[in-house]
Amino acid sequence: MFSRAYKFVVTAPPLIWVSIFLLLPYFLMLCYSFWAVSPSQTIVHSWNIDNYKELLTKGVYWETLLRSMWIAVRVTLFSLSLGYPMAYFLSFYAGRKKEILYQLVIIPLWVSYLVRAYAWKTILGSDGVLNTLLQYVHLTSHPLDFLLYSPFAVVLTLTHIYTPFTFLPVYAALEHVPRNLIEASHDLGASPAQTFWKIVFPLSLPGVVAGATFAFVLSLGDFLAPLLLGGPSGIMISNIVVSLFGAAYNWPLGAAISLGMLAIVISLLFFSERLEKKWSFS
Amino acid sequence: MNPSSATTTEAATPESAITKPTLLRIRNVAKSFGRNLVLRDISLNVAEGEFLTILGESGSGKTTLLRIVAGFESATSGELWMGKERLDSQSPYRRRVNTVFQNYALFPHLTVEENVAYGLRVAKRPPQEIQQRVAEALDKVKMTAHATKKPSKISGGQQQRVALARALVNRPELLLLDEPLSALDANLRRQMQVELKSLQREVGIAFLFVTHDQEEAMVMSDRIALLRSGELEQVATPRRIYSHPATAYVAQFIGYTNLLKGDVRDGIVRCGTLSWPTSLPNGPALFSLRPENIRIGGVDSPPSEVRVRGHLLQRAFHGATELIRVECSNGLVLTARTQSADSKTSELELAFSPEQAIPVRESPERS
Repeated sequence: MFSRAYKFVVTAPPLIWVSIFLLLPYFLMLCYSFWAVSPSQTIVHSWNIDNYKELLTKGVYWETLLRSMWIAVRVTLFSLSLGYPMAYFLSFYAGRKKEILYQLVIIPLWVSYLVRAYAWKTILGSDGVLNTLLQYVHLTSHPLDFLLYSPFAVVLTLTHIYTPFTFLPVYAALEHVPRNLIEASHDLGASPAQTFWKIVFPLSLPGVVAGATFAFVLSLGDFLAPLLLGGPSGIMISNIVVSLFGAAYNWPLGAAISLGMLAIVISLLFFSERLEKKWSFS
Repeated sequence: MNPSSATTTEAATPESAITKPTLLRIRNVAKSFGRNLVLRDISLNVAEGEFLTILGESGSGKTTLLRIVAGFESATSGELWMGKERLDSQSPYRRRVNTVFQNYALFPHLTVEENVAYGLRVAKRPPQEIQQRVAEALDKVKMTAHATKKPSKISGGQQQRVALARALVNRPELLLLDEPLSALDANLRRQMQVELKSLQREVGIAFLFVTHDQEEAMVMSDRIALLRSGELEQVATPRRIYSHPATAYVAQFIGYTNLLKGDVRDGIVRCGTLSWPTSLPNGPALFSLRPENIRIGGVDSPPSEVRVRGHLLQRAFHGATELIRVECSNGLVLTARTQSADSKTSELELAFSPEQAIPVRESPERS
């Protein structure tokens, strides 16, 4: 239908862009991960798999990875349990307010991530809004220190940030549930609760999987929230990567960890896509 | 439908012939959406085991009426009674009625079998009973072979059967059907009409059937309730509604008809140059004359018949019969139905018997 030249002109720019800014960096990372750092702090191109050995044998990386995953799991569960009811309400009961409520859910996405993270710092700090209030009403006599610089703070902030990401796909899935199925279910004697669990929820599962994937993948790789609010106990795997590429100046090990993360994320995406396909009935 | 079956003026085969007890009573139901009045003052009874069709054009309010009975809409005023129970105060999932939806509304994530079992499962029937009743229901609609398939893997006609089985398996007292055949192609639709009717006889459940297709209504129904702009025009058996339409609208909606505007003076109707005796009081009158009640060639007609000469304007071939349009000498155009084989000259004589001209009420204009 189109000439070869036309196709080339149209597809070349994105291809070049992806090659230079995505594929090439990945390739460089792959190379770095098989290189080493000499005692004189220079990177030497001696091909070896020592970085991967270190990654797999040293406890600190495993610990941090598991902690990161545990944080990501909690963020996923919390943002789903917030996002799903919001999406359900909007889709079925909001009526004419649907549009405006939808915008209200989306608006936080326009605010810089940094601003939102700092806002939580202001709220949770020992002189923060929350502690001041608790002491003012004499619920506590001294600032609660688990509020800030803890995994709790990280989970809370990431949940706040990623809830819209779970809301959106769930909302889209619920909007696609044919309303006459709900009528049919009631017609056959199913109560509203039965109808939800037997019809609406199963049909919204593809959206739930997509939303969960967003929340999990994005919070697993997050480094700003733990940096700003995590403290020593809230360190996540990306913070280690950042320090390896920065102060520690061990790019090869950093690259190896990054590629390990990439492998985890890609297999997760693959798995979730399979699930979405299995549960979609359009 | 076969027009010749409805040619004779029947002795009243009236609603009183239905002696079965009333199942559903719709009393003075009205419904408006905002300022838009969709149903006004509908009163209608459905007898036990009856096949009652609500017939009307799109926008006549027929689906709204069905949805009010099912409980998906609430009436603005009026009452629904099922036996001694007030129906309209019950939630849809508590009503002992089931619905076959226009687009079947099968649950896409459940198999055919699971769809049919749904109502029994939510009612928490014992597993053996569920299994047995589902098997029976699938057998009844000849879908046993497809029991484990998902709805997306079966054809429209098969989905239709599953929807029917899913509703009937619950043994409702009343089954509501919202244009269930409209998505099927013509051949399959005719086949399903017959099947649906015999299934209804077999199970003995009252059907409240909604359609815009007058032929479908005639073929299947015990009685037809013709709805126009939210009001009932006539409720009668198919034969009665065809042979004795109450209004001009009914006469035109059900089959073809000639509407003759006449004037009654002292027991004589005058319609242009035509005239015949009548028992109607003096004043303007409207008559419906079916095309098949007009004969061609008035030479051997008895003297009691009305005769008129005219010339052929148009002929339309309809298979077994042919419709011809004839302009009479007085300018009146009549449509007559004849055997296709008849050869016609352009000048011909038409005749009809006065009792075939059925007086009908004028149908007032409604928004």
